[in-house]
Amino acid sequence: MSGPEVGSRHELERGAFPAFLASLERHGYSVVGPTVRDQAIVYGEIHRVEDLPIGWTDRPGAGSYRIERRADAALFGYNVGPHSWKRYLYPAHERLWTAERDASSFTVRPEPTDGPALALLGVRACELAAIQVQDRVFLGGAPDPGYRARRQRLLRIAVQCGQAAATCFCVSMGTGPGVAPAAADLALTELIRPERHYFLVEVGTPEGARVLEGVPLRPAAVETERAAEALVAATASSMGRTMDTSGIRDLLVLQPEHPRWEVVARRCLSCTNCTLACPTCFCSTTEEVPTLSGERVERWRRWDSCFTLGFTELHSGSARRSTASRYRQWLTHKLATWHDQFGSSGCVGCGRCITWCPVGIDLTEEVAAIRATGPPATPEAPR
Amino acid sequence: MPPEPARRDDDLPLAPHPYRVLEAGPETADTTTLALAPVTGEATRAFAPGQFNMLYAFGIGEVAISISGEPARRDRLVHTVRAVGKVSTALAAARPGQVLGVRGPYGSGWPLAGADGGDVVVMAGGVGMAPLRPLVYELYAHRERYERVEVIYGSRSPKDLLYYPELQRWRRRTDTRVQVTVDSAGRDWYGDVGVVTTRLPDARFDPARTTAFLCGPEIMMRLSAQALADRGVAPTSIFLSMERNMKCAIAQCGHCQFGPDFLCREGPVLSYAHLKPFLATREL
Repeated sequence: MSGPEVGSRHELERGAFPAFLASLERHGYSVVGPTVRDQAIVYGEIHRVEDLPIGWTDRPGAGSYRIERRADAALFGYNVGPHSWKRYLYPAHERLWTAERDASSFTVRPEPTDGPALALLGVRACELAAIQVQDRVFLGGAPDPGYRARRQRLLRIAVQCGQAAATCFCVSMGTGPGVAPAAADLALTELIRPERHYFLVEVGTPEGARVLEGVPLRPAAVETERAAEALVAATASSMGRTMDTSGIRDLLVLQPEHPRWEVVARRCLSCTNCTLACPTCFCSTTEEVPTLSGERVERWRRWDSCFTLGFTELHSGSARRSTASRYRQWLTHKLATWHDQFGSSGCVGCGRCITWCPVGIDLTEEVAAIRATGPPATPEAPR
Repeated sequence: MPPEPARRDDDLPLAPHPYRVLEAGPETADTTTLALAPVTGEATRAFAPGQFNMLYAFGIGEVAISISGEPARRDRLVHTVRAVGKVSTALAAARPGQVLGVRGPYGSGWPLAGADGGDVVVMAGGVGMAPLRPLVYELYAHRERYERVEVIYGSRSPKDLLYYPELQRWRRRTDTRVQVTVDSAGRDWYGDVGVVTTRLPDARFDPARTTAFLCGPEIMMRLSAQALADRGVAPTSIFLSMERNMKCAIAQCGHCQFGPDFLCREGPVLSYAHLKPFLATREL
């Protein structure tokens, strides 16, 4: 039996969701998605529908995060938790190669890039944008072999946001909340009525169509499509935060001496949480791990953060010794120089850095404070 | 000519290639010049003066080191390494026969083509002479392309001057002026004492038609570039080789960012016109 066509829309009953999960596994995918652990909604293996955060939501705030019971039994009724999908494409700690020394030389063996094909279930619009941002980092120049292999076998199942958190500002960043057609392999919209719990399923790619083979679907009714659109529109109008991004590159690049950097540095602990929670932060360091005999060595790559003193270590010491200089680097890179490097912002408006900052530093507030002092003195920032 | 090296960077961009140490000679108390060649017998990779490689000491790690040999020679790759950290100390201690890893070359080179027909000023500080030596070789290889060539080289002391015998040969040439100055010296030093900018008034060049190439400590480059600009050299014709921490050299690790640039990719050589606002910012 052939699957539905790319661009087609269908209805999937909540009762048929286990069949959908089974179909993903049958097509060779290991499913990862939201699950409740340690009083947070994190990503983990999904084998059964009961692994999903049924009836749970979360409340991200500045420096706070709580999960709560919902009045309904939604599967995807939360916002975003501490995890981002980058851990699956760009692992926090990854072996890159192994080398062995012999009498005359050494031989480098690449790390195998095979592994399970992952289906990411419950990708938000901002998170799809974040994957695209990291694609430009790891595939744009010299492609990273591991990233490329994982990316090529990835299935992205988006779920439209039915609500926005107090920390959400994807509308400001132009990344959501709606998932554009073909931006994901499949896009689901969860619709809950007193009498019916079901999903609108939009097919974005041929692979998305393929994994729906054998899943009980019916053509989407016009009212279902309208209800889904209305839900996303309501989410768009309830963003908890906003950021004025007009001229933001020059706003930050031209003001490295703005007094606000010192103000925020009095609160910033330089703890690196924002960079680790961020779905686009890509900085890494390398580790050389020799065996005791010294004949064999492993090269590992580990997530690093521009907030550490050692990040800019040279023979003359660290280039960024003060917390102010490190916060300035992070924010200026994320929102300004990222445009020079990759042609887009490095921020997708997910709000994780606000939530997981132990002191609740809010980048939207910092940008507003810098903007409040007026436009930069000179019209054109150096490029 | 040895065969062209096989490329496997597409498969494994971060893997070093084994190179054997042909020669290892002490340059100064803390620097060593290494001559390397691929263990496979292949030619070394072509490079542009100003580019760098990631050098790897097995089991210890990798660092970015500029290439300091002759661009025309493909039978040996030359690097001058200053022992300052764990990896560079291991590299500087390498002996002939030992195998090190190399990947590269990376980064922007000195834009020498733009200097054709005009005067050239080279200013080096300390080990900053290392990435400038291939440029000097190129200047001499095509000396007819340029008008005046002025080289100013400064170091902490006479003992810290790189390539001393070669420097003496350069100084004997009548088609170049090579000024050497040190911060401090004993009574056996008959040369100049003072920072490199103090030698600039004696250098003869037409600022409107001059291209300058600078490498050394950041403060030395900043002050030298400003002095050249004050003399009338266009900031777009003054080039600096910048240094920052580097892990990957392929614009993926984030460490070498300086303003909007990855110094491993857009740099290390960038124009003063481009760098000036960023150099003026502390802790950028």
